[in-house]
Amino acid sequence: MQSLNEIRVAGFGGQGVILSAIVIGKAASIVEGNFATMTQNFGPEARGGACSAQVILSNSPVLYPYVTHPDVLVVMSQEAYLRFAPELKPGGILLIEQDLVRIKGLSPAETRVYGIPATRIAEQIGKRMVLNVVMTGFFGAITGLISREALRKAVEDSVPSSFRELNLKAFDSGYDYGLQHLESGALEASEFEEVTVRE
Amino acid sequence: MHADPQGVLTGAHFLDGDHAACEGAIAAGARFAAGYPITPSTEVVERFAMRAPTVGGTFIQMEDELAASITIQGAVWGGVKAFTVTSGPGFSLMMEHIGYAAMTETPCVFINVQRGGPSTGLPTLPAQADMMQVRWGSHGDYEIIALCPNSPQECFDLTIKAFNFSEQYRVPVFVMLDEVVGHMTEKVIIPPAEEIEIEPRHFTKKAPKDFRLYEPEANQVPDMVKAGDGYNIHVTGLTHDQRGYPDMTPPMQDVLVKRLQSKILDNADKICLFEKENVEGADVVVVSYGITSRVAQRAVDQAREKGVKVGKLRLITAWPFPERVISEIAPTIKGFVVPELNLGQMVREVERCAGGKTRTVRVSHAGGTVHNPESILNAILEVAR
Repeated sequence: MQSLNEIRVAGFGGQGVILSAIVIGKAASIVEGNFATMTQNFGPEARGGACSAQVILSNSPVLYPYVTHPDVLVVMSQEAYLRFAPELKPGGILLIEQDLVRIKGLSPAETRVYGIPATRIAEQIGKRMVLNVVMTGFFGAITGLISREALRKAVEDSVPSSFRELNLKAFDSGYDYGLQHLESGALEASEFEEVTVRE
Repeated sequence: MHADPQGVLTGAHFLDGDHAACEGAIAAGARFAAGYPITPSTEVVERFAMRAPTVGGTFIQMEDELAASITIQGAVWGGVKAFTVTSGPGFSLMMEHIGYAAMTETPCVFINVQRGGPSTGLPTLPAQADMMQVRWGSHGDYEIIALCPNSPQECFDLTIKAFNFSEQYRVPVFVMLDEVVGHMTEKVIIPPAEEIEIEPRHFTKKAPKDFRLYEPEANQVPDMVKAGDGYNIHVTGLTHDQRGYPDMTPPMQDVLVKRLQSKILDNADKICLFEKENVEGADVVVVSYGITSRVAQRAVDQAREKGVKVGKLRLITAWPFPERVISEIAPTIKGFVVPELNLGQMVREVERCAGGKTRTVRVSHAGGTVHNPESILNAILEVAR
């Protein structure tokens, strides 16, 4: 957990960016018993435009509360990608909603990119609004930072009971998609073009 | 006395500082809040409005902060524990009624989630620039108590402490968050109700005919009564005698105002909470509070790695100012380093209490974000040289 401990989740306001970060932080701190600090970007951009939340995971209490260069960046919109991708740490992991994000040259070296059609998966499950939970499952499988069970428990605790089943299904779909993807490795640069064709 | 289990959400939660402060207030027994929501403090009352019906409490959204800050005092005299919540511009409007609470010895709690100022300033971004206002903002001579949490956990713990102090000393007590602490989400452990110590209101045991509203007990603090219980209650902001009746004479002013001061200052050692680490044998001591204490910790750790003998003093109680601990440390070190998210407020107190026995170096910041730890590190290295 020490080497990859700073995470940023970003997207449009309304995509569930904050809930996604809450699930990650809750899983690490409440379920697994480690330390997590989550902060959100408050400001005009939180009302409709790019929305982002940061989580710092640690084995000891977190001191400095802000993330400047995340190890993992989860983006669900093009605007969020353009704004935050340059801040990713070299060698960091970039997770994209592949139907909503077009990769345009990666500035940080050796970035590992993984994509998932989270919105389409969410629609197939029954509700577009659970795309953030699909992304959270995908995040869990790719990074391996937090156990599947802990994340699943945190999802369960963070959503209204009437939507619990739907969200758990969304989580599992994202996680399973991630496991499959992990086996085939990160996307090659040539595959980004392929990704963007689906737009 | 222990907390009422009805208001205590025992367990581990992932909460932001604002929500944790609200849970602290409810655990402490607060059953009334009035407020005029303002960023970045809104979440406190938002949660209270939602939680109040489940604990038999009331929340009133007022027309402004003047109304909020006096309504809570009416509720207190009606017998409940009450608080209000605000930030910079709203806090400025509350000043008149803070003086009223001090003069009438009305136990109540104000939660101020500090944002950048002056005026409307930076609504969504942090500062620690109300630290002098909280002490001196209302006119006249009076004392208050102000506490500075640096995590959501402390927002819970210190809000309880604030209510306890307010009942014990009958003063307005302030929980001085900053936007970062207010909006940061972390693990908050809420203990079982029987492990939470609560200071109950000190209602008089005297019969109405023997009772005088402002007759101080042994600890210099008068006992309270509740409106409607048959006691004579005359509560006024005018200088008053022990019955509470106006007595606007120099001798009465001398007795009353000096007691308002001494009931706090004579107990300063009990009220002043702080965290002291590696101060013995240190060359430099970093004095900080609130979110800045966490940023400073990183600088302190970095300085230690470079072999500098640096200690830390984290102020949990800002007011009354912990004069004794500063004046004891001063002659033993090369200097204090005081980072804060303002252009120099508590640093003046550190300097005053150091009394010329050591250097005091400020690391100012106009607010809007936290310090770069490097700026604090550089000040430590410079003083250690």
